[in-house]
Amino acid sequence: MRNQAPALIFGIVFGALLVYLFLPGAPSGPARDAQDLSKAEQENLAPEAARGGTLRVVRDRGELLCGVSQGLPGFSNPDDKGDWRGIDVDVCRAMAAAIFGDASKVRFRALSAKERFTALQAGEIDVLSRNTTWTLTRDTVLGLDFAGVTYYDGQSFMVRRDLGVSSVLALDRATICANTGTTTELNAADYFRTNGLEFEMVVFEKTDEVIAAYDAGRCEAYTTDASGLYAERLKLKNPDEHIILPEVISKEPLGPAVRQGDDRWADIVRWTLYAMIEAEELGVNSANAQEMKKSDNPAIRRLLGVENSYGQNLGLRGDWAFQIITQVGNYGEIFERNVGKNTPLGIPRGLNALWTKGGLMYAMPVR
Amino acid sequence: MSMETYVKTRRHPALPPPGKATGLIGWMRRNLFSSAGNTITTLVCAAIIALTVPPFFNWAVLDAVWYASDGGLCRVEGAGACWAFVEAKFGQFIYGRYPAEEIWRPNLVLLLFFLNLAAVLTPRMPYKGWLAATLLFIFPMFAWGVLHGGKFGLSVVETSDWGGLLLTLVIALSGILASLPLGILLALGRRSKLPVIRTLSVLFIEFWRGVPLVTVLFMASVMLPLFLPEGVTFDLLLRAIIGVALFASAYMAEVVRGGLQAVPSGQYEAAKALGLSYWQMMGLIVLPQALRVVIPGIVNTFIGLFKDTTLVLIIGLFDFLGIIRANFTDANWASPNTAATGYVFAAFVFWMFCFAMSRYSLYMEKQLSQGERR
Repeated sequence: MRNQAPALIFGIVFGALLVYLFLPGAPSGPARDAQDLSKAEQENLAPEAARGGTLRVVRDRGELLCGVSQGLPGFSNPDDKGDWRGIDVDVCRAMAAAIFGDASKVRFRALSAKERFTALQAGEIDVLSRNTTWTLTRDTVLGLDFAGVTYYDGQSFMVRRDLGVSSVLALDRATICANTGTTTELNAADYFRTNGLEFEMVVFEKTDEVIAAYDAGRCEAYTTDASGLYAERLKLKNPDEHIILPEVISKEPLGPAVRQGDDRWADIVRWTLYAMIEAEELGVNSANAQEMKKSDNPAIRRLLGVENSYGQNLGLRGDWAFQIITQVGNYGEIFERNVGKNTPLGIPRGLNALWTKGGLMYAMPVR
Repeated sequence: MSMETYVKTRRHPALPPPGKATGLIGWMRRNLFSSAGNTITTLVCAAIIALTVPPFFNWAVLDAVWYASDGGLCRVEGAGACWAFVEAKFGQFIYGRYPAEEIWRPNLVLLLFFLNLAAVLTPRMPYKGWLAATLLFIFPMFAWGVLHGGKFGLSVVETSDWGGLLLTLVIALSGILASLPLGILLALGRRSKLPVIRTLSVLFIEFWRGVPLVTVLFMASVMLPLFLPEGVTFDLLLRAIIGVALFASAYMAEVVRGGLQAVPSGQYEAAKALGLSYWQMMGLIVLPQALRVVIPGIVNTFIGLFKDTTLVLIIGLFDFLGIIRANFTDANWASPNTAATGYVFAAFVFWMFCFAMSRYSLYMEKQLSQGERR
């Protein structure tokens, strides 16, 4: 007679595992959304409206889904422990702090440039905070809504310090390295032509090739977005020998985007940004926020929710801004922590300084 | 006139071979400088080695930065490989963002997997069929249950937190485990006499072989969510695994079909003459011979699949190579050598896995072809 034991053992283990896997565990987020959705369909309501908008979906799920880049120094990059760090990342953490009072209740989804908009449209993420330039086309045709600007980027030039140049206008007859087929190449050509300067363009397919050519002295200047210049500079043999010229020749306002049609959700993103900027304007930071609650300044008292609970108008808690500031920080802290002077990137505030200090950062009043 | 004849009655003692034919010099004359052409080839190769190996050795060992808490030392002029970068990020490269206190779970799964695999791969193992069935059906469910958790007090670890080598192995091994049986069925289907089965198999194989894997992954990640109702999501990793498995099974089917064609028709006829059913004929007579012939092809497909998993980076999953590349963007570690170091490390780890697979296939070939050697 054949030995039946192995077949028996196999069957029992297989069956047990099947039962285990299909045992109802804790319902996961998406499944619950689906139930809500079918309920909405029964009531013949638009899904978004029936679910109370993105805010309720996020609250029910218990965490914010945030789309970031797959790696951009200072904006979203993994640290030694694998946690995400950067300005784009901190914007999402601030939103989580505002919504849940807990900046850690956010799950990051790394998106390539190609899939970022579909991921937002398909509802796989709640907010896209991925160094995305705010343009008319994206704001209209793609069905996105930009909630503000977190970083004013723009194309700039890097040259060797010993060239003794302090302005792009002194780069007449210079050789310039750039990536091929990008707008940076066109922008540079336009700028030089408008200013009546002669130049020679050396273009390469990949950024690594461009930076290698520049490092080897094939060209006098290297041009791309300023934030990129600071990051690429670290890959040069001797970063300190290179400077970034002050001119910014194109506009690349980067900011978070949400799906069009949910204005309350867009408001939450927008006012999260404003709260961080307003906090910097008022001198409130993560260290002194608790102290500042006792301040006599009515603007500070309003921001921190001591007087009038403006958070409730947003559908949030009264101490929403206080949570943002204590857990994540004000805009200046976020900037300095991720890309500022004391980081390897060492980017000066420039356009991203407060409006009172010659920059463009200006928060609408919280009142 | 007498003629004295000399007959040597004793054997002359053997002389040692000429000095130029033995030892190192002899070996070199035979193997490196046996003709003008070979001499030139030897010199050119020696020059290439002399030009490339010492600089690489300097970069990778002598000038390398072995310990550092951030990239500062790697940015110093003249610094070599930045191994401190690999060291600082090692846990992340292996497990991705899997929570540190739960790391025993992937370790357990991998250990059991390799034990089970070793048992299946050992020749003349008792109950081999059942062990293989365990590997194919029970193990994937067990692995999912332990890695994802959510029951019996295990905390849930979302698949978006899986990464690094763990994710590469999960995708590659799922693809390998699924593609071999699927591929065999498809190959049999393609050679079937039943028109519907044959047509479906041909359509399936030609479709999946005709589209690039990148397209399959893009469809799974970007297009699929647009077709699903809003709010219904499908695990991204599951989508990628299904895509990779179907893709690999089409290739596997063609490899196995090559093996089926190599089995002489006399074998089929003999099996039928013995009164064996279709499945008996295939399982007992044809497939054992066919698969033995195509072991190099099968392993070739496995190795290709293993390396193709790096493509999942484009759908936002951080496999081993992907997470290494993502860490290049950590400004604390940015240096002229960081990227090169990361790529060298990735290449070495991929090479180790692929080399192990190819050595095992050679061993299997030798084991299984013993009947043909006299």
